[in-house]
Amino acid sequence: MDRKNIRGFLEFVYDFYKSMKAHEITLVYEGEITHQITKAFTSLTESNMAKEEESNSVQKKVFHVMVECLQNISKHADSFGSDDFLFAGRGIFMVSKGDEEYHVTTGNVIENSKIEELSKILDHINSLDKEGLKQLYKTQMREGRLSEKGGAGLGFIDIARKTGRKLEYHFLPIDEETHFFVLTSTISRTE
Amino acid sequence: METIKIMGTDDTPTVILDAQNEIFEISGRSLPEDVTSFYDPILQWLDEYSASPKPKTIFTFKLVYFNTASSKLLLDILMKLEQLHEAGHDVLVRWYYPEDDEDMQEAGEEYADIVDVPFEQVGYTLS
Repeated sequence: MDRKNIRGFLEFVYDFYKSMKAHEITLVYEGEITHQITKAFTSLTESNMAKEEESNSVQKKVFHVMVECLQNISKHADSFGSDDFLFAGRGIFMVSKGDEEYHVTTGNVIENSKIEELSKILDHINSLDKEGLKQLYKTQMREGRLSEKGGAGLGFIDIARKTGRKLEYHFLPIDEETHFFVLTSTISRTE
Repeated sequence: METIKIMGTDDTPTVILDAQNEIFEISGRSLPEDVTSFYDPILQWLDEYSASPKPKTIFTFKLVYFNTASSKLLLDILMKLEQLHEAGHDVLVRWYYPEDDEDMQEAGEEYADIVDVPFEQVGYTLS
């Protein structure tokens, strides 16, 4: 790197650092989500929460949500473009911690053809109350089948139940074939 | 009949299936990398056991965490126990949950609703 590039790079690192601080991000990762990654992130977050004496129930909720979010990416993230299989099963994963709540955010590429079905599932979950979610979970557990990748179709329902909130999701268009799917789950630290 | 003894890890539960000593237990944490390959031998063992079961089968679940993929496989185990019960055998499921863990207690209640098998909820205190 020449002098000018070094300067640019340093600025980038500092901006990135500031931006993470501003958004209270405690963990951010981009890449393939493997089982090892899931284990490492959950145990890291667990020990941080234990150190900060977060209540058992908050710790458990954050743990549940993290596992399901990470598994969603590893099982469902699509590749960029048509042939770039290198991007399948990858995405961005972030955990942030504010005074009142934890946020777990995931982002991954999704093919346009899958958006309608995914939105339908998510909107249906969001239309249900506590009892409805419980019934849906039971039905899905009984009637659903494990997919080839080991998904049971229960992750989103579980996130909605554990957080007690609507699933907050958005699709950002990337190109003609794909969108970027962002899901943010919020866990209250005070309830 | 062969005994299954699997020591638990960070992401897989302890499993003891010992017909001889009448111990049937799954405990700990369950989020295996591959749920199917982890639980398949357990389901197969139950099939074999069901062919010539003990007079009374008390199956203990003492889990502190399981992911959604595992929840499906736990139901599969419970359905095997339901079949055993329906075949006229004496079966009891004991579902242990930490006293302060409402979600684990509720999970037990939900399973009890789904399967038709004698089901006992047991709260315990983590020391």
